Amino acid sequence: MTRSELVEALAERRGVSRDQAEAVVDVFFGQLQHALQSGGRVELRGFGSFRVKQYGAYQARNPQTGEPVAVAPKRLPAFKPAKHLREALAVQVGVGPLVADEGEGEE
Amino acid sequence: MSGTADESANTLTRAGLTEAVAERLDVQRRFAATLVDDVITLISEAALRGQNVKIVGFGSFNLRDKRSRPGRNPRTMQDVTITARRVLTFRASPALRSALNPRG
Repeated sequence: MTRSELVEALAERRGVSRDQAEAVVDVFFGQLQHALQSGGRVELRGFGSFRVKQYGAYQARNPQTGEPVAVAPKRLPAFKPAKHLREALAVQVGVGPLVADEGEGEE
Repeated sequence: MSGTADESANTLTRAGLTEAVAERLDVQRRFAATLVDDVITLISEAALRGQNVKIVGFGSFNLRDKRSRPGRNPRTMQDVTITARRVLTFRASPALRSALNPRG
């Protein structure tokens, strides 16, 4: 599912205009980004939580050339699915197929 | 910057999202809360259908199927088998990565 498919599904489910659904999705992920950017956390019961993890500098290697590359310290968001979602998904292995992308949408 | 008050003030929840949506769309808080729940539900439902979810500019929620493997209960030191499972991972988009790393 892509962002535009999410907008479409939201408009359909709640009977709002495409523009309104677009605004909701925009605000939603904008708020998430803002929270993480200012070093905060995001906690969505039943779905999961996001926090920012600090990674130190390290020495990596270009797999193509074998050349060593210095990787600068960085901050990355980490997502932890809620227990309920984690357990519901876990049992899907071997039951439901993994659908890379359904044909109906643009990537 | 210390203490639990700051921590909770620093945590975005459904309440904060609801407020932001209500303000932007100029709709009742109650309806905004429904819309926020819808977004979360739609993403969960897609994942439960086996679909990855890719939000341009934010990141993607990707499913991975893991084989069963031997593990150990760290409390009891007992050998156990970690069953095969499907897990949900998140990868930040380049835009979110650079937003979090202004200098990088």
